[in-house]
Amino acid sequence: MNVDRRSFIKTSGMFAAGGVMLPTFLQSCHNEQISANVKSYLDHFEVSAEMLQKVIAAAMSKGGHYADLYFEHKITNSISLEDGKVNRAYSNVDFGVGIRVLKGDQTGFAYSENISMEDMLKAAKLAANIADQPTDFTPVGINEKAPADFYRISKQWTDITIQDKVPFVQKINDKVFSLDEKVSKVNAFLGDETSYVLFYNSEGRLTYDYRPMMRLGAVCVMEKDGQIENSYAARSFRSGFEVMTDQLVDEIANEAIEKTNILFEAGKPKAGEMPVVLGAGGSGILLHEAIGHTFEADFNRKGTSIFSDKFGKKVAENFINIIDDGTLPYDRGAINIDDEGNDVQKTYLVKDGILNSYIHDRISAQYYGVEPTGNGRRESFRHMPLPRMRSTYMENGPHTVDDILSQVDYGVYVDNFSNGEVKIGAGDFTFFVKSGYIIEKGKLTRPIKDINIVGNGPQALADITMAANDYKNDSGTWTCGKDGQSVPVTLGLPTVLVKKMTVGGTNA
Amino acid sequence: MTKEEKYNLAKWAMNHALENGAQQVSVTIANSVSSSVEVREQKIDKLEQAIQSGLSIRLFVDGRYSAHSTSRLKKEELAHFIEEAIAGTRFLSEDEFRTLPDPELYYKGGGENLELLDTDFEKIDPQEKIKLAFDAESEVFGKDERLISVSASYYDSKNERVMVTSNGFEGDSANSVFGIYTSVSVKGGDARPEGGWNESAIQYANLKKEGAGSIALEKALSKIGQQKIKSGTMPMIVENRQVGRLFGPLINALSGAEIQQKNSFLIDKLNEKVVSEKLTLTDDPFILGGRGSRLFDGEGLATQKRTIFDKGVLKTYYIDTYYGKKLEMAPTSGSTTNLVFETGDKDLQGLIASVEKGIFVTGFNGGNSNGTSGDFSYGIEGFLIENGKITKPVAEMNITGNMLQLWSGIGEIGKDVNLNSSWRTPSILFEQVDFSGL
Repeated sequence: MNVDRRSFIKTSGMFAAGGVMLPTFLQSCHNEQISANVKSYLDHFEVSAEMLQKVIAAAMSKGGHYADLYFEHKITNSISLEDGKVNRAYSNVDFGVGIRVLKGDQTGFAYSENISMEDMLKAAKLAANIADQPTDFTPVGINEKAPADFYRISKQWTDITIQDKVPFVQKINDKVFSLDEKVSKVNAFLGDETSYVLFYNSEGRLTYDYRPMMRLGAVCVMEKDGQIENSYAARSFRSGFEVMTDQLVDEIANEAIEKTNILFEAGKPKAGEMPVVLGAGGSGILLHEAIGHTFEADFNRKGTSIFSDKFGKKVAENFINIIDDGTLPYDRGAINIDDEGNDVQKTYLVKDGILNSYIHDRISAQYYGVEPTGNGRRESFRHMPLPRMRSTYMENGPHTVDDILSQVDYGVYVDNFSNGEVKIGAGDFTFFVKSGYIIEKGKLTRPIKDINIVGNGPQALADITMAANDYKNDSGTWTCGKDGQSVPVTLGLPTVLVKKMTVGGTNA
Repeated sequence: MTKEEKYNLAKWAMNHALENGAQQVSVTIANSVSSSVEVREQKIDKLEQAIQSGLSIRLFVDGRYSAHSTSRLKKEELAHFIEEAIAGTRFLSEDEFRTLPDPELYYKGGGENLELLDTDFEKIDPQEKIKLAFDAESEVFGKDERLISVSASYYDSKNERVMVTSNGFEGDSANSVFGIYTSVSVKGGDARPEGGWNESAIQYANLKKEGAGSIALEKALSKIGQQKIKSGTMPMIVENRQVGRLFGPLINALSGAEIQQKNSFLIDKLNEKVVSEKLTLTDDPFILGGRGSRLFDGEGLATQKRTIFDKGVLKTYYIDTYYGKKLEMAPTSGSTTNLVFETGDKDLQGLIASVEKGIFVTGFNGGNSNGTSGDFSYGIEGFLIENGKITKPVAEMNITGNMLQLWSGIGEIGKDVNLNSSWRTPSILFEQVDFSGL
């Protein structure tokens, strides 16, 4: 219940749940390919439109102004390698329905792991208690809505056996060992996830989504003259098994080696304020922490964000455009519908330097009188939706990387991160740098590692004085935490210069 | 589900796995009931209720290993789930180190009641729970003109589980928790500092029902005017509730998995002095009503009271059955129970009074520690101490160093132990720490 922390974690995968080749568990859909239409999803969850209407009526019976049902069946598998062998598998099956009732901005929420009428009605009545004026709800007609199609796949994970998956994990291990004699340990993993989602609300909207996800990666441990270092590389996409290629394996293995090797020579910078150049790609963590969370409209609606009174105001240089996008094909942060059944957008948070939009869920969109942006997300049917990011990035700017570096007399260049955090009200955010370089007189000199950088959101945003034309999306296993709920996201950035931030280091 | 129903289902699942090709099996069934209510602007903002149950199974099949869990508990589906899981396990590589624990090490019953469950859990009036949240909010709402927002929550949960293994373990446990959390935002210049406070208890009667709101407000107000100060090396006091952030990496380095995978800075250090002689730490699973108390661990191993550090000398690693076999070491247990520090003489005020110039850290903001080297860097907030007194709030700063050096440089351990957590941490004064700010 640590509400003032917004942790942002890059998971190391190995310890997450997941496992074998488990197909779906409902006898009715065993080994069947589920079709992309509402009826298939109703059948999958063994419910009918009439049942959904009855449950909604129960949810609305105490005078709520809105209610929704979120059915989810999620199958998670992973296999992993330790000490040279793919010798462990994990799996998890989760199944149930979350029932939410809104009255103004008040929320009642309950869920059931059983989808019988009796259990659903019981949960609906619990959630209904947020309101207290019994009323008769007249069901509205069913309004079927086809979802978008941002991640059409050809090979479903539920059709793939563990036997098909093992060789890729083994190959990463062998490749990493072959690339460098210093390698002493490798932990490699492949995880996949398949979610079936069915959504219905009191306005009649009936929609669904099929959400695949994969992650493949490795931790590499190297030893040299008694010094031990490790680093991590991974990729994650909303893709099917067709994404698994030797090229992907090589890319991950090479990156793990490269990121580990740099650490042997790396040291610490001087402690204090200095210019920070953020390399293209994973440096998008700056946007996620410095402005992303503080743009989430639940905080702004309550006035607790440092950006609460900055809507429509100039917050950055004119060349800066920052986007939160749920529509990137096969992106880890993409969603065909959000978890409130809404259409998903590419949303400009900052346009030409002006604060253009907050990040909305249904409650905040109504509060601000705007259309929902498709950012209402939840970890599972056990959780209520909140305004959450998807893929957060900055468009290219007018400068070049050389222009940017040449401006720095002494500072740091950073491009490899593990985690970050932000305090919404103070606006202070941090990100942890796994590796980077010191910049001296415009040149990258000594490598650095394991330092935290701290800044203040509005100040850091205003201090982005240059942005290059080399935008890159980072397809690592980024996972965002808020109020105890984790959701997958991505981020991206072109190379930028932040005039000054406080860099961890030594005072010697 | 009753305890008997859980045992019956767990044994049925275990037998089904044994009949279908597994040689060893461990099954756990857990269920929980939880509720929470959050109050904002003198009305209920969120009301949540949940009943949850799940089965997890560990399978040892022809020298191979896998683990699975599901919330689908109908026998027909479970049978299919288990059969598929066994079939999949056969495609993995053999792992000679995977077995159930030595039955000699299992908890065999007869332990005393650790008082972890409020047996009146169901009897508490829901209206009374809601009132506690309203009361906590009322301690703050309208009480200060700088107030922007206050939300107060009451939450509770009851968790029960049973575990059976095919080589003879049977055990069950249950616990409850009740809590009140208040979060406050205030206006101070451009910033909107937040303060939060949590009270919790295992027995409803022991829950401190007043004060979470007032403390949260006080904490938020004390942060108005936070500024970074000049970089420098100076003493640091870390508030008791925050010590875990710096102690976690030290405990993590004692884990069998991390040691065997070379992701630890304490490999081959048993019986060596690795940190300050001021650190003596015991892992005590038997404290009545202790948040981490238990009679057996996740594998069924009987817990024992153990010394972890004795005057700075490392005495115990946390080793489970699997990594014990890989490391050729006897298993202790893979996880901590209650961590108990040998405390000093001073309370927090006494520690602060002993510092001429330093920083009192009351919160962390991100950061991390390198598992192999112990090098760390964390964002912090807190207060500047000058001549034994708190003079102004600080934030947007980092501390950077190395875990072994930090813990070798303990100035003094306080006596103000935080009993709201299984890690019973006191406030601690560290002698010299690198701060970066301006």
